[in-house]
Amino acid sequence: MTWIFENWERFWEVTAVHLRLSVVPVLAGFALSIPLGWWASRSPKARLVLFPFANVLFTIPSIALIVITPVLIGTKILDEINVIVPLTVYTVALMIRSVADALSAVPGNVVAAANAMGFRPLRRFLTVDFPLALPVTIAGLRVATVSNISMVSVGALVGLGGYGQLFTEGYQTDNTDKVLAGLIGTVVLAVLADGLLLLIGRLLTPWARVGR
Amino acid sequence: MGGWLFDPAHWSGTTGIPVRLLEHLGYTLLTLVIAALIAIPLGAFVGHTGKGGFVIVGLSNALRALPTTAVLILVVLWAGLGDFPVYVALVLLAIPPIMAGTYAGIRAVDPVTVDAARGVGMRESSVLLQVEIPNALPLIYGGFRGAALQVVATATIAAYTGAGGLGRFVFDGLALQDFGQMLAGAVLVALLAVLVDLGFAGLQRLTVSPGLRPVGSGGKS
Repeated sequence: MTWIFENWERFWEVTAVHLRLSVVPVLAGFALSIPLGWWASRSPKARLVLFPFANVLFTIPSIALIVITPVLIGTKILDEINVIVPLTVYTVALMIRSVADALSAVPGNVVAAANAMGFRPLRRFLTVDFPLALPVTIAGLRVATVSNISMVSVGALVGLGGYGQLFTEGYQTDNTDKVLAGLIGTVVLAVLADGLLLLIGRLLTPWARVGR
Repeated sequence: MGGWLFDPAHWSGTTGIPVRLLEHLGYTLLTLVIAALIAIPLGAFVGHTGKGGFVIVGLSNALRALPTTAVLILVVLWAGLGDFPVYVALVLLAIPPIMAGTYAGIRAVDPVTVDAARGVGMRESSVLLQVEIPNALPLIYGGFRGAALQVVATATIAAYTGAGGLGRFVFDGLALQDFGQMLAGAVLVALLAVLVDLGFAGLQRLTVSPGLRPVGSGGKS
């Protein structure tokens, strides 16, 4: 623990990088998974293509994807994009199913009622379907966020930033304290992000707590 | 790009693809056995008694946040190089999904069924072993297969601290700037993951009661 207090500035610096590298993919992946998940919830054919594809994407080890990404998209090996793109891919792979399941579970009579009241498709999606799908969607988002925060560290094995740097440096210099500092940082960040999403979910879906 | 993978020279010897493949499979299977022996009884106990569910869910989430790389490095620094640190890191990775799947599976068994089992005079242990667990198997398999995918993918990291497995190709390729070798390692891991999942899908078909089949294999966790 002493390492954190003796190297406060370095610790915050690494924390900021780690946060950036994990939050950007969650946001980008979430944004991409809404239209894809909506598509999968509407069309069994889309599901037949998207779900197995997402499963295969998930089996590619993160270290391999991080290493291959610069070759595929032509970035430099030490570019942060090389972590952001793979983690975005994992987030989409995980979230498509959550979003699709959540949208499919919206009760048919609610949709029919909204249609009968004259809601147009876009307004119905934004004000009826999507809010009702939020609890399941946010549950998926929490899993994606926590696993992203834990996976960013893998980037350090090829020299990228974040808490993972404390792991590799600690390993090379036989400094257990430094590795522990990174581990504690990762877990605290994950718990905080998870709690924040839980809170946002509760605030956005007050009806979910009524009548249970 | 496939040149490295299909070069016969890379398919023989103690550092060839078959040996690394078996090492990787060995890490995966032993990890899953150890993790299942810990996680299934815990999840089943909590699911059956209904006590401590909050602890199980909280513990699962906290363990999920644990970066496997850090655990691996810490255990190497404490206990030295070898396979032991690999197993510690991978077992900790595999426990949460299996435990969560078991817990959720047992909680999801129809209470009427459990009541009926008690009504015909079954003891608590029989209720758990003969009614709840068989009925929960689809969800238990769901968690288990999710864990298997994660373990196959993450066992790659073992090579960072000099252990074996398919990760050797990724890290050796990285050190040598040999893209073909890295790609071959990545492709082999993904293929192995698909094969392992197919294997467990087969096992699931053989062991889950046909009456429960339409429930499906569960999602990834």
